Amino acid sequence: MTAYLAIAGARLRALLQYRAAAAAGIVTHIFWGLIRMMIFEAFYRSSAAAQPMSYPEVVTYIWLGQATLALTLGSADMDVRAMVRTGTVAYEMVRPMDVYWTWFSRTIAARLAPMALQVVPVLLIGAMFGLGPPPTVASAAAWAAGTAGALLVTTALWTLASISLLWTISGEGVARLIPTLGYCFCGMLIPIPLMPPWAQPIVTALPFWTVMDAPFRLYLGHIPPEGAGIILLHQLAWTVGLVLFGRWLLGRAFGRLVVQGG
Amino acid sequence: MSVEPLRLYFRYAGLSLRSQLEYPASFWMLAVSHFITCGIEFVGVVALFDRFGGLRGWTLPQACLFYGIVHVAFALAEAVGRGFDVFPNLLRSGDFDRLLLRPRSTALQVAAQECQLMRVGRFAQGLGVLLWGASRVGVEWSLPNAALILLAVLGGACLFYGLFVLQATLAFWTIESLEVMNTMTYGGTETGQYPLTVYRPWFRRFFTFVVPLACMNYLPVNAVLGRLDPFGMPVLVQWAAPLAGVVFLVAALQCWKLGVRHYRSTGS
Repeated sequence: MTAYLAIAGARLRALLQYRAAAAAGIVTHIFWGLIRMMIFEAFYRSSAAAQPMSYPEVVTYIWLGQATLALTLGSADMDVRAMVRTGTVAYEMVRPMDVYWTWFSRTIAARLAPMALQVVPVLLIGAMFGLGPPPTVASAAAWAAGTAGALLVTTALWTLASISLLWTISGEGVARLIPTLGYCFCGMLIPIPLMPPWAQPIVTALPFWTVMDAPFRLYLGHIPPEGAGIILLHQLAWTVGLVLFGRWLLGRAFGRLVVQGG
Repeated sequence: MSVEPLRLYFRYAGLSLRSQLEYPASFWMLAVSHFITCGIEFVGVVALFDRFGGLRGWTLPQACLFYGIVHVAFALAEAVGRGFDVFPNLLRSGDFDRLLLRPRSTALQVAAQECQLMRVGRFAQGLGVLLWGASRVGVEWSLPNAALILLAVLGGACLFYGLFVLQATLAFWTIESLEVMNTMTYGGTETGQYPLTVYRPWFRRFFTFVVPLACMNYLPVNAVLGRLDPFGMPVLVQWAAPLAGVVFLVAALQCWKLGVRHYRSTGS
């Protein structure tokens, strides 16, 4: 356990050095937030019908999304890609550590570092452009807890993306689909409450839902703070499921691994 | 202008395409995932129109014209402009020096490094949306109208290409890729999916006068739909607008030349 914590810690410290990239990310996320805000403003002005979410709620939702976007978006582990390409992935197998948990530790750092650098500046700017406060302190705490749970789910998902790289030489097709599915089903494309009613039960059953939409709804108070326990259970269940699947997949991948070259 | 540079370009591009098709499974997976990635954007647009009924007087098929033009244009620029996208790597490794030694234009050589076939995914879905929208907007597709849309797509491709060139040019000074430019390239496609009138004035001005996105998309579509422009642009301007993309590209290539002159080798 300490070994894996050390890997995650070392990766985190290394990744926190990329401040210029984080600054670029902040500018991009804010720009996107503004575009999306304006589009939703135009849509809300076009219809007088009551919507499941008010416009100020949508704005808050958008800014929370931009602030924690690094949880969902990004690319698969570049080092794993390089290892698969060069064949050095074989070294991973001889280390006296479990490969799955090693990669999981690396991934958790890769998900956490950009978000840690971006979340505060984006929220501060967002507050200038309509990000509202949560209704109660309990809601804010529930959001924070939900975001921590989201980190576990998204790490398990992204570790799967790394494992999928073992199957294809350029290794991108499947790995690229994970952020896409995430983007669509976590509420970034359009907030889940605004999706057609028939789609909502399907979306809320998926793991992506627990990464963004669920914590945001805790923040907004759509889900009362007492509901946080159920959300956390949901997140934990998905994490366990995805970890078991990932381990099985990795076992199969290493069973058929052929290392080329001399 | 002789055709020789073009022949050379197609030769380079052909090589790149053939190398990508060496791994057909990988290529198809990339193209399909690209198609899905872009297609999901469109699902979002449809879902919003479905919920709100319309967008400030615009219908879904009309919005499809905007969406289609901008995505097809971007896919074209992306497929042939990928070389500029990866240019900072070339710069950092010092490999750009080799290009300087060859008796051909540097812009051509950088552009021709890679031609990304997987972009066919975005192209296909953009074209599909454009054609669907065109069949539903209730416009008679006379030759001038169709030609204007084609011109808008080409002008848009030039505009995005110009942005890629500018992004690469900045790397001469920064030696790293400027992610901030993504707000104009990817941000431009995101913005261009909707009629520009839905945005706030400062934002509209930016995407009209600084990055002339409005010229490839909002103005020509207005002309085709026969809509009166709220800002009172004369019809002639609406028709000539896509040329702004070409002007933008030419200007960007001039900046590139400036960058090359500024370049001092970086490699070891």
